[in-house]
Amino acid sequence: MWKTILRRFLIMIPEVIILSILVFLLAKAMPGDPFTGSINPKADPAQIKHLMRINGLYDPWYQQYWNWVVHLFHGNLGNSYQYQEPVTRLIAGRAGNTLWLALFTMILTYAFALPMGVYAGRHEGKLPDTIIRVYTYVTYCIPFFVILVLGIWIFGYVFGWFPTTGSISSDASSWLSTIGSRFYHILLPGLLGALFGTVNIVQYLRSEVIDAKHSDYVRTARSKGVPNKDIYRHHIFRNSLLPIAAFAGYSITGLLNGSIFTETVFSYPGMGLLFVNSISYRDYTVITALVLIYGILNLIGTLLSDIILSIVDPRIRIQ
Amino acid sequence: MAENFEQHSDVSAADLARLTQEAQAEATPSTAKIIWSEFKADKPAMAALIIIVGFIVFVMIGALFINTPKMMETNIMAYFNQPFTSDFWLGADSGGRSVAKQLIVGSRNSIGIAIGLTAISSTFGICWGLISGYFNGYIDWGMQRIYDFMMMLPMTMMIIVLVTIIPHYNSVTLTLIFSIFYWEGTSRLIRSRTLAESEKDYVAASRTSGTNHWKIIFREIMPNISSLIIVDCTLSFAENIGVETGLSYLGFGLPSQTPSLGTMIANANDPNNITQYWWTWLPAALEIIILCLSISYVGQVLRRSADASQRQGSIN
Repeated sequence: MWKTILRRFLIMIPEVIILSILVFLLAKAMPGDPFTGSINPKADPAQIKHLMRINGLYDPWYQQYWNWVVHLFHGNLGNSYQYQEPVTRLIAGRAGNTLWLALFTMILTYAFALPMGVYAGRHEGKLPDTIIRVYTYVTYCIPFFVILVLGIWIFGYVFGWFPTTGSISSDASSWLSTIGSRFYHILLPGLLGALFGTVNIVQYLRSEVIDAKHSDYVRTARSKGVPNKDIYRHHIFRNSLLPIAAFAGYSITGLLNGSIFTETVFSYPGMGLLFVNSISYRDYTVITALVLIYGILNLIGTLLSDIILSIVDPRIRIQ
Repeated sequence: MAENFEQHSDVSAADLARLTQEAQAEATPSTAKIIWSEFKADKPAMAALIIIVGFIVFVMIGALFINTPKMMETNIMAYFNQPFTSDFWLGADSGGRSVAKQLIVGSRNSIGIAIGLTAISSTFGICWGLISGYFNGYIDWGMQRIYDFMMMLPMTMMIIVLVTIIPHYNSVTLTLIFSIFYWEGTSRLIRSRTLAESEKDYVAASRTSGTNHWKIIFREIMPNISSLIIVDCTLSFAENIGVETGLSYLGFGLPSQTPSLGTMIANANDPNNITQYWWTWLPAALEIIILCLSISYVGQVLRRSADASQRQGSIN
């Protein structure tokens, strides 16, 4: 099994390298240059040329790429043109918000999906199963951003139950009220994300439970006289838990990609909103850094899921 | 041939006709027939199908009668006109533009892009999956690594970046950019089915008798998984409506002078619009929900008709 994990890591290395080259080339293709906005508009064009030569902008692309990678490993991603601040510090300030929201949404998703999946599998073909299947089907079909807009309209504006913008209210001063206010701000986006993101887990768990119901170990437990409730709780559920846990990695990548929409609708100051804002201000250093970070986070998410799955299921180990 | 047959057999012409009729009655019905009977048995599915087809035909024809540049002109007199009046039966937006007309043209644009995107990305995904699954070995391994890499890319971000890099884009380039990133799901599904299919005897027999690989893939395996392809195309069509409208909502899809369902929902970004002038965005949001649900429902029925054990319709 360690071999599998090692192989999975080795496959990851070229992926990271190709990703970084791709991101670098995209950054090169963007209009403008790194000095946009930071120099005097009256500056002499010859002087700008000189500056660009000193900074290696006329070097061949592989040399520029190499310099960029060296800077990257020193944690230097350049300066943001919009905020006049190092990109690393800017993103570090936003990353926490995004990750909190993603983690909270994921916990809620599991909290909703696990009971539903087991229940649907247990009552296969009966009314609760049908209701849960219709529910997951409807939530799966509707584009998520429409749900966000409708959600913020109904619960944020019409009923006024939830805040509609920001990540913390301005009058939160004490330690406790800060946490409370932060939690209050991620509650609605988290709930919406969880209620409309259960489909994968529910469907997987449901089919696992249905398979397990007819398996030998359940029959043995039943013939020993284990109560039905305990069979589901201790035997079937525990066996299906690990593959379900493996979904966490994939669901993190899904949530990160969805964060662009969630944070835009809720004006929630995380990395997704930063990305959208940077695009409209053509703040290329920030855009490049964010694409790279999201790519690497996606990679780590899939890596985690693949490793857990390969531990659980010997069939999918890489040959 | 028939004359020859009559001369040398004892079967009379009447018997022959009767036997032919019996054989035809017992033959496996065609896919189209199965699908049709499935729709006839499931009334909600029939309703969904009629809604979709009727709606698409309506917006395609209706959009022809609307002069888009004229419609997009600002008309200050109709600033946020109330809905359900004689001139603006769905009201008007901040520029005094008719919401109903924008809805028709916007639906045409969104559905058109979704159809184009489905056609391109599904074709590519099907070919990718078929080739990857059929050849197995090194080709499959390499193609799967490319697939893994594409899956790792942050799709929404990459699309937005590409849209900003390309200086002059229109609906065609937009569709192509989307297509780069949306073939993976189809390819994975088709590949796993092709892997199973190429183990079957008919493929081995065909290969032994020296049939060209490409002929086996596209003339023999593909027709055998056609029901899966139809189902997948329908479901990705529903998904692709969400893709285009989502990016237009963020402001990176169609340009603002070209209405789309997404740009109309983007009206809701203004806190005033979202509550006070709800008619500027709510119809578009509801339309997307109804469209996506109906299309996916039709997809579910198609999936059911592809699986003989789940069919509800009876064929006579």
